[in-house]
Amino acid sequence: MLANDSLRLEGLVIGELSGVDLTIAPGEILCLAGASGSGKSRLLRAVADLEPHDGEVWLGETAQSSVSGHTWRARVMLVPAESQWWADTVGEHFLEDQADAGDLEALGFAPEVLGWEVNRLSSGEKQRLALLRAVSREPAALLLDEPTANLDEATTRRVEAWLTTRIRERGWPVLWVAHDPGQIARVATRHRRLFDGRLQVVEEGAWT
Amino acid sequence: MDVIALAWWQLSLAALMVVALAGCTAVARLGMGKTLLIAAARTVIQLALVGLVLEALFAAARLHWVALMALAMLLIAGREVMARQKRRLLGGWAFGIGTLSMFLSSFTVAVLTLTLIIGPEPWYRPQYAIPLLGMMLGNTMTGVALALDRLTDTAWRQRAVIENRLMLGERWQEAIGDIRREAMRSGLMPMINAMAAAGVVSLPGMMTGQILAGTSPGLAVKYQILIMFTITLGTGFGTLAAVAAGSRRLFDGRERLRLDRLSAPRG
Repeated sequence: MLANDSLRLEGLVIGELSGVDLTIAPGEILCLAGASGSGKSRLLRAVADLEPHDGEVWLGETAQSSVSGHTWRARVMLVPAESQWWADTVGEHFLEDQADAGDLEALGFAPEVLGWEVNRLSSGEKQRLALLRAVSREPAALLLDEPTANLDEATTRRVEAWLTTRIRERGWPVLWVAHDPGQIARVATRHRRLFDGRLQVVEEGAWT
Repeated sequence: MDVIALAWWQLSLAALMVVALAGCTAVARLGMGKTLLIAAARTVIQLALVGLVLEALFAAARLHWVALMALAMLLIAGREVMARQKRRLLGGWAFGIGTLSMFLSSFTVAVLTLTLIIGPEPWYRPQYAIPLLGMMLGNTMTGVALALDRLTDTAWRQRAVIENRLMLGERWQEAIGDIRREAMRSGLMPMINAMAAAGVVSLPGMMTGQILAGTSPGLAVKYQILIMFTITLGTGFGTLAAVAAGSRRLFDGRERLRLDRLSAPRG
């Protein structure tokens, strides 16, 4: 299943950010950096249509405003920095039979994890399972807000490898908020920085 | 059997005992003597005024006067529902949703009970219509206020959960489904508890009143059962309607959670 839709932001205005134009090709990972409070998360929320904003977002030929909110968000899926869990067990948060054993193993889990109580999960486990929960719903584009913030170095590498493989396989356009220059160098196809309410192109090796 | 008449001087004996209680609380330094006396005075004044209004209403027994009284009761109940919410919907929605849902449920159930079940002549006879509506509105008000307060407060505290569910592509009804059910339950619980305890733990006030007024216990019990059922219906449907409308208002046309539509808590 290869999605060939690119994600296009057209004159997006939210909070301090004004007139963000951006096109992310299928299978491309655009890393977004910027100081905290520069509006990275709000930008992602606007792209997922969780906050009122100006401007338009396109997924291929589909405009955000032309489909209902839940349809859009099921296609353009945002994974927040801090995931939320509302049911008692992990499995209840997955749609039926959607947690693939291979994916669980790739992220370092045994299949029994689905029967675990959410209370038992560490923040790192929650973060990995939240990624799997979102990816297993088969969206058409991904918005990742610091997907490895709570993970140690080894697990970070593991998650990066799993994510990038999956993204390439499916051909998803991805907007990935990251801080770690090492991570950006490993995963990014392109790199932008939010500064002063604008998106800046970051030259190879120019980040600090 | 006639009711034994009560004279004002007889009531003043009871009032004297309340004053004695206030004196005792003052001695015990509970700091409640003044509040107690003011509340007691309010009881006297408010009930005396209502008595005057009801006397006039019963004498007139005209539909438009009954309707006007019912409307006034509804608006006061709507105001009370709004005042009891910590975080209420802005722009008149808290008042509007509470009042409308109470109107739909209480008035419909009251009119149906009057016309189909009790059947006084005429159907709006104030001796039946006003107490029935009063008891229903009083309880529906509590249920609706509890449920709406629970809904808005939980939505506020669990905003991250609701938004995370939205991010996963759920519809707004699914994303707030658990909270909505909890809110509806909390509105219905008081009435279910009251029905379960009726007659065992407490003798309901209306039944007691009717028995004091000389009605046979058998008939008083039938009226009490009818009243409990109508109150439950009014509260139940009112709560369901209020929570359904209130939760819809927490989301906009794009199914975004809009907590900016709630006021900040007072105090």
